[in-house]
Amino acid sequence: MSVVFDRPKALNDVLMHYCPGCTHGIVHRLVAEAIDELGVEDRTVGIAPVGCAVFAYNYFACDMIEAAHGRAPAVATGVKRTHPDLVVFTYQGDGDLAAIGTAETVHSATRGENITVIFINNCIYGMTGGQMAPTTLPGQVTTTTPYGRTPKIQGNPVRICEMLSTLDGVAYAARVSVDTPANVRTAKKAILKGFRNQIEKKGFSIIEVLSSCPTNWGLSPVEALAWLRENMIPYYPLGTYKDIDAVGGDAK
Amino acid sequence: MAKVLMKGNEAIAEAAIASGCLYYFGYPITPQTEISEYMAKRMPKVGGLCLQAESEIAAINMVLGASASGTRAMTSSSSPGISLKSEGISYLVGSDLPAVVVNVQRGGPGLGGIQPSQADYYQATKAYGHGDMHLIVLAPSTVQEMASLTGEAFDLADIYRTPVIILADGAIGQMMEPVDFSERRRREIPPKTWATCGHGGGRKHNIVNSLLMNPEDLENSIRDRFERYRKIEAEEVRYEEYMTEDADIVVVAFGIAARVCKSAVAAVRAEGIKAGLLRPITLWPFPSARILELADTAKAFLSVELSMGQMVSDVKLACECRRPVEFYGRTGGVIPAPGDVARKLAEMAREQM
Repeated sequence: MSVVFDRPKALNDVLMHYCPGCTHGIVHRLVAEAIDELGVEDRTVGIAPVGCAVFAYNYFACDMIEAAHGRAPAVATGVKRTHPDLVVFTYQGDGDLAAIGTAETVHSATRGENITVIFINNCIYGMTGGQMAPTTLPGQVTTTTPYGRTPKIQGNPVRICEMLSTLDGVAYAARVSVDTPANVRTAKKAILKGFRNQIEKKGFSIIEVLSSCPTNWGLSPVEALAWLRENMIPYYPLGTYKDIDAVGGDAK
Repeated sequence: MAKVLMKGNEAIAEAAIASGCLYYFGYPITPQTEISEYMAKRMPKVGGLCLQAESEIAAINMVLGASASGTRAMTSSSSPGISLKSEGISYLVGSDLPAVVVNVQRGGPGLGGIQPSQADYYQATKAYGHGDMHLIVLAPSTVQEMASLTGEAFDLADIYRTPVIILADGAIGQMMEPVDFSERRRREIPPKTWATCGHGGGRKHNIVNSLLMNPEDLENSIRDRFERYRKIEAEEVRYEEYMTEDADIVVVAFGIAARVCKSAVAAVRAEGIKAGLLRPITLWPFPSARILELADTAKAFLSVELSMGQMVSDVKLACECRRPVEFYGRTGGVIPAPGDVARKLAEMAREQM
């Protein structure tokens, strides 16, 4: 009997703490598959965030560092600049990357740090129990926007890929989603490309993954994926926002 | 090697490179910017890297990344910038990572001023970051010590897996003095088997982390760290004494203030006042045991600082209320003259008669 599906080697055989229906597990798997396919687990260092993915250091089989909230790209810079042959990735949520760590995100991107950033955008703070994120949609109800996010009061959401695609140091910026099998396959290709770019020393790659948070959205896993499709994708369109390999340097 | 005339800040930078630190992450702030500028000039020539970060916060986290992957790295700043680094310093402690952090102090609070100060003593010795923690704090008082203590700092950081602070001030940072970079005593550094630099297929993955969700686990990790602190307290206390053998009044001062006090002690000795000076070189661990010994022979202590009086509380604790401890200081960037301290000593001597 042949094995057609197995756990990637770059993922440890441990119980994950994620809620039922959470898409972190899918994205962990895609990252681990990319590491396996490139054969770089032995020289990869991952930087875990503060947020729901904080325990990612237990899940990935490569060496891992747990960074302070938002500081993962600075920590990654320290690892990569001192060890240019290592493959260094950060795995960050929207609060970590797009609120408290915005400066570290923007400056590591514009410096062109040769790292791969996996950005989980689920429009909410998951670990602290459903507060407004920098990417929370207008009108979206969270525990700190109980009447819905009102841009005049709480400000507007931030579109990270669009913003970073204007920076010279960025080699690749793509927004993908894991709401359907087809989109999961596209996400896998983007993540693989983000890691390959680094190995080929092309510069900063960011893959933004639209993800669901059934627990804090108050929806079933299936409803949550539908909510993502109907609400997040229109506001955060999927696509490649910058690719230095494409004709003209970028393509959408 | 012949002595060279250098600024204190430059001496720190050169000594760091000589100690094998080839990675410097900084952000400009007066009065320590010469460290960044010197690193920017020298690092490319020695195969190293000086990277100007977007903030002090980013710089300390770059140091954390470099250190986690097993590399000697340094950052430096001055008081307001050090406050920004305090988050990263706490994470370095919690992750048991070595690092050298230089604070060339200026006046505070807030933006304060840019003149020399020692008002970050409490911050450095009591609470550089959140949580149960200590740091080794070294206080140079000459340009030569800026160099030699920087070398020591890297060794101490690696041996004890802790950040080490060089607590200097704007005066020593800016002044020029001859400095000798000849071989210092190098200590044995344990291998960094914990480093996250790729497992190479030969071991289980390493994790550098400060998060322990189980309270007992966190308590145990802190207790382990405090065991190391006890060892540091037992083995690494350093201080210098000047005319303390028969001193009735022992002045306690560090850094630039100690230089002022040395002149004051010499001046009042000429007038028949038996004063002496104890200069802590390690502010943590503090030379408490030696101060308690001196309480046997001295009649009083005087803490002299460039602040409103911070180390004075440690002097009081150290002598266990056996002798009166007085304070003299100037703050905000004002440096007292030897005559100011001498007058205070004369006043204390009169009270003793």
